[in-house]
Amino acid sequence: MAQYDAIIIGAGMSGLAAGIRLAMYDKKVVVLERHYVWGGLNSFYQFKGHQFDVGLHALTNYAARGARGLPLSRLLKQLRIRWDDLDLHQQGFSAVSFPGVKLKFSNEFELLRSEVARAFPQQADGFDALTRAVREFNELDLEAPQQDARPVVRRFINDPLLEDMIFCPLMYYGSAREHDMDWDQFVVMFKSIFFEGFSRPQQGVRHILKLLIDRFRKAGGELRLKTGVRRILTDGNRATGVELDNGETLTAETVLSSAGLVETERMRGQEPGAQATGKLSFTETISVLDQPAKHVGIEETIVFFSNTARFNYAQPADDVDTSSGVICMPGNFDLPSTPRDHLVRITNIANYDRWAALGSAGFQPASGAGLRPAPQAADETSAAHAGATPALPYYTAKQHWYERSCADAISHIADFRPHVTLVDMFTPRTIRHYTGHEGGAVYGSPKKLRTGATGIEGLYIIGTDQGFLGIIGAALSGISMANRWVLQRDTSAVEAT
Amino acid sequence: MTDEHIKQAIIGIIADIAPDEDTGSIDPAVRLRDQMDLDSMDFLDIVMELRKRYGVQVPDTDYQHLASLDSCVAYLRDKMAGKQLVS
Ligand SMILES: Cc1cc2nc3c(=O)[nH]c(=O)nc-3n(C[C@H](O)[C@H](O)[C@H](O)COP(=O)(O)OP(=O)(O)OC[C@H]3O[C@@H](n4cnc5c(N)ncnc54)[C@H](O)[C@@H]3O)c2cc1C
Repeated sequence: MAQYDAIIIGAGMSGLAAGIRLAMYDKKVVVLERHYVWGGLNSFYQFKGHQFDVGLHALTNYAARGARGLPLSRLLKQLRIRWDDLDLHQQGFSAVSFPGVKLKFSNEFELLRSEVARAFPQQADGFDALTRAVREFNELDLEAPQQDARPVVRRFINDPLLEDMIFCPLMYYGSAREHDMDWDQFVVMFKSIFFEGFSRPQQGVRHILKLLIDRFRKAGGELRLKTGVRRILTDGNRATGVELDNGETLTAETVLSSAGLVETERMRGQEPGAQATGKLSFTETISVLDQPAKHVGIEETIVFFSNTARFNYAQPADDVDTSSGVICMPGNFDLPSTPRDHLVRITNIANYDRWAALGSAGFQPASGAGLRPAPQAADETSAAHAGATPALPYYTAKQHWYERSCADAISHIADFRPHVTLVDMFTPRTIRHYTGHEGGAVYGSPKKLRTGATGIEGLYIIGTDQGFLGIIGAALSGISMANRWVLQRDTSAVEAT
Repeated sequence: MTDEHIKQAIIGIIADIAPDEDTGSIDPAVRLRDQMDLDSMDFLDIVMELRKRYGVQVPDTDYQHLASLDSCVAYLRDKMAGKQLVS
């Protein structure tokens, strides 16, 4: 029976970052990952000879080299990574696109400010006041009382269209709650998207993961793939270790779990409350074009859109809600060289239960041909479909929703469909399968444990359900929880001795 | 360890923590925080590196003594006596 200082469940961004911190300071640490590859929600894969990222549209929280006091600079220092090593390239510009209004934004906040003043002149002062309120709020105070964001935002903005246009990107990139966000989460996302902005490495997420894995191994950490945790072992009110899927037990002083709140409770043999499972899952379609998106007439890096004036961030009644979404053109970052694949990625909100119930008979098409590009049938938008679609075999459903997703997106960007040569798509079921998140809930539970403490001594939540989301957020979560619950304890123990 | 070595020990640690900072021109009399991007997480790292490299323990209550290079030297002089500079 192996004895560790710390066991980390999950080799996603938070688990790897926490692992690096602990290994750096000579803790005996093991990261256990059920999947055969690391990265969690943001990993990468090969598909028909192409290299695709699972998630990564963009790294939020852009910070220029030498910028001070920003989350990205904090992360770099904590993991001893040089800015240049990240190979970051900024977005051109992005947009929030609603019926009849488009607001552009970039990594220069002034662009959004002037766009708001142009499209919503009555709201310009309110927007400036909101901006000040966001700037002044300290989102790092983990003990601050929780409040809803919408009532706060309405103190400054009284045009519901602008309100929803502000919420749309922030929710899509980081809300586990339907309809509203916690104010502190709103602040985190506002800063990370509108103040700091988007960038990405030329090679996408694999570049970031390689940096993390190399750091972790160099520091002496141990990573075990294909090693799932079945149970968290406790003695009274104290975590003592874990039992693996293969029956092996490992003991440790501290267990850090990135599996999610509900999932972690289950590993303790606890039945989680019904409210705790997140309702927001997504489909993601990947279209490979025969030429760069700009040649097709798409200038934006990312477009957040809604086809209705009121943006509805909620679990849809149907398989997918294609009436809003996020469209990402990874080739429209200012990359030093044109990427090999010219991609358009579209994210839509999806209903996990409906996808889970689809027959898996059609999981792969009999021919092995894969999804087909969408025909140009412009009437196939969400507006043309009132009732819920009948349950289709899984694969047929993917084809159907791929086409609907494209048809709705082209109200906001040039019609790229004639240029598509290859298609892939993943669904809430894919997310569940590869990350273990119940309900395919990408942003986890609406309930967050900001301090990480579970009530069981020695067991702490890191990553998504601690409350910091996205790639940078999850990594910072792993770092701060490893500091707080393991490393800082060591240094404060000094006093007593 | 001489005072100069203690300074070098601290600068060496900071250079590792913040590889993008210029550590060549630190004014020893001025607070480190005022000269570069160091926050409380980074001071925790300075303390942990001191322990890892030199076996020196700095309790929470003494972090204030690490404010500037000069105050580090004054505080660490006894604790670092007889230790070898690690590069
Ligand atoms: C389609 C998509 C697009 C995204 N796009 C972006 C983006 O553009 N920018 C951005 O910043 N963020 C994006 N994200 C979000 C980002 O990927 C996540 O917020 C972040 O990766 C979460 O990291 P984590 O460490 O908290 O959790 P996870 O990545 O979920 O890691 C948890 C890990 O634990 C493992 N695990 C779970 N249970 C067990 C068990 N019992 N035993 C062993 N291992 C277990 C899982 O397999 C997984 O690897 C996207 C996510 C998705 C799904």
